Amino acid sequence: MGKRFLSLWFRHLTTDYMTIRRPELHHIPFVMAVPDHGRKIITAVNAAGRKEGIDAGMVVADSRVLYPTLEVVDEQPGLAGKLIKALALWAIRFSPVTAVDPPDGLLLETTGCDHLWGGEEAYLTAILGRLEAKGYHIRAGMADTIGAAWAVARFGQGNNILPSGQQRSALLELPPAALRIAPDTVDRLHKLGLVTIGPVAGFPRRALRRRLGPELLLRLDQAFGIEEEVLTPVQPVEPYLERLPCLEPIGTAAGIGIALERLLERLCTHLRDDGKGLRESVFKAFRVDGKIMETRIGTNRGSNHVAHLFRLFEEKIRNFEPDFGIELFTLDAPKVEEVTPLQKTLWTGACGTDDPRLAELADRICNKLGPGLIHRYLPAEHYWPERSYSEAGTFEAKPASPWPTDRPRPIHLLPRPERIDVAAPIPDYPPMLFRYQNRLHTIVHADGPERIEQEWWIEGAQHRDYYTVEDETGARYWLFRSGHYTGNHAHQWYLHGFFG
Amino acid sequence: MGVSSPEVFQQLQQEILLRQGFRPPSASVVDMGLGPVAAAFPHGVFPTGAMHELLSHSPEGFAASGAFTASLVGRLMARGGACLWIGPRRNLFPPGLAVYGVEADRVVFVEVRKEKEALWVLEEALKCEGLAAVVGEVREVGWVVSRRFQLAVEQSRVAGFLLRDRPKGRQPIAAVARWQITPLPAGKNPGMPGVGFPRWRVELLRIRSGHTGKWELEWRDGQFHSVGALMAEDIRVEKLQRKTG
Repeated sequence: MGKRFLSLWFRHLTTDYMTIRRPELHHIPFVMAVPDHGRKIITAVNAAGRKEGIDAGMVVADSRVLYPTLEVVDEQPGLAGKLIKALALWAIRFSPVTAVDPPDGLLLETTGCDHLWGGEEAYLTAILGRLEAKGYHIRAGMADTIGAAWAVARFGQGNNILPSGQQRSALLELPPAALRIAPDTVDRLHKLGLVTIGPVAGFPRRALRRRLGPELLLRLDQAFGIEEEVLTPVQPVEPYLERLPCLEPIGTAAGIGIALERLLERLCTHLRDDGKGLRESVFKAFRVDGKIMETRIGTNRGSNHVAHLFRLFEEKIRNFEPDFGIELFTLDAPKVEEVTPLQKTLWTGACGTDDPRLAELADRICNKLGPGLIHRYLPAEHYWPERSYSEAGTFEAKPASPWPTDRPRPIHLLPRPERIDVAAPIPDYPPMLFRYQNRLHTIVHADGPERIEQEWWIEGAQHRDYYTVEDETGARYWLFRSGHYTGNHAHQWYLHGFFG
Repeated sequence: MGVSSPEVFQQLQQEILLRQGFRPPSASVVDMGLGPVAAAFPHGVFPTGAMHELLSHSPEGFAASGAFTASLVGRLMARGGACLWIGPRRNLFPPGLAVYGVEADRVVFVEVRKEKEALWVLEEALKCEGLAAVVGEVREVGWVVSRRFQLAVEQSRVAGFLLRDRPKGRQPIAAVARWQITPLPAGKNPGMPGVGFPRWRVELLRIRSGHTGKWELEWRDGQFHSVGALMAEDIRVEKLQRKTG
């Protein structure tokens, strides 16, 4: 099936916009103007102004001669660009491939879109109806090529939908300016007496290239569909994007839920067929009044499980406000990754750390409470206690070495060692008693010392001499003395952990 | 009619236990290695698909509760399956779990900021079938919330542990068992210098359809030993060299 394109031309883009903003301007002549070399040049005129003979390009002072009470509105620089970009984003609801056609046009690739509205006629009526209701004056053209659609929109008379394959015959009647060529080329063609495209297309190509440059030939070929022309969409099309237009605007939470479920089913089938799972997904709802609501979720590992993803979204779509209704839902997956098909675990029913059920639980926790709460640790080959384990990046990572059990390690480790006062009988001997949080503990049994050195290539500091001690109640602690015992100053002792 | 026959009585009791969430012992029962404590449980089997509450009143007692839980979790994880450890700030030292038979890389730690978040994560985790155990370090648990936990584990057959350090009230919660673990001075081992093996007073304060009791247990060679039996094993202890740094 061939491609179809729609060109929309906003004939009075900026003045229409001003009229929408300030309805009182509707019936009085007004112009948009920009300062230029100490005078004001008119850039756009509304319909009432044109009736008085005012035209774009005139100086404001001159036009005041024609109509003394002319309203002049300063045009902000870049207004047209901003407007057309916003309109292009709005028009995504009609086609995913929507491009800006500067300075005042839009181009839509409508291949496969119109049947959702019941044919091209109804499709175009829907678009034009919506835009005209907003207050824009538009001309539209629909054809097999971008060039032909553009030409029909601007120069066509009567029917603005060109049936497939008829772009050549339709274009031959139109003036050369319909070819999107530079104005001086148009002037030269007019001087040569070529007022329609027909005779131009009949000339030998070599002669045209030599006299008028390669641009004319390129535009001709593009308009006739000999040369391929590609649109640059205003929003890149995601390969994993599902759209659900609604016949009637959706205004209930149940409706949003059903839409989400349908989209998820389609997206997940697509992902499953490609052996992929999504890591990030965005759900958007386009409201009738032009507002777009969106919410995104992330997963810890690729998932294409509908029920799970639905639960993740469920929490977030509760605060969607349908207002006057939602007319289009989209769901896309900007980040996907390869997933291996579900693997049966060695232990039936048991859920290891690499089990999808655990990953799904982690997703729910992350979505509800935010990232950075879930940790998994692997043994690290360091003796220094704070470095003896390291954070595992994934749920699948396997430890390179087993967890060592040959040295006593406490079950609880204080985040920072706490200073304690001790009484030690002789150097390099465990203390007899220590005071921690205002309680005196008499040490009954002690093991040690276990000297742990700082790794000098990481950090240079005092080594620690660790002692495992048990007090009279049976509570067991991990104490250390920082640095060598030198005798001339008191040594600091610390409590670092609790044994079970 | 022989209505009061012991068979009928036993059958009814079995039915009650089943309705309370205790499954009759089957081949898949895990031996928790609790020795004499096992007799206190219904059917004489440690209830796995149930909530256990462990109370402590000091940082030392909290560490003992953690260690006792870790030793049970280690047994549960031997069947495969991961463990979730949920707490406000993580003071658990992963390398310290290895001695209790827990491979810390199979434990997923969830560090929550608020108690409320911990309760939410706990409930979600307890519903996740296939996990070996879920441990939550929470101070206050309401009756309704604990009831939801208990219902969740009865469905998912996950063992849930609530470590409650210095809770404000002592109101009962809907847990199957309430434990209190306190450290005990190690026994005097002749010929063994230094600190002995960890020894705890294990108190079972409440158990549904079981018997409460007090025991003194020692953790040695990766299993529990009743301290009463220590004398007979003295000779074996002599041979063991406690490895220290």
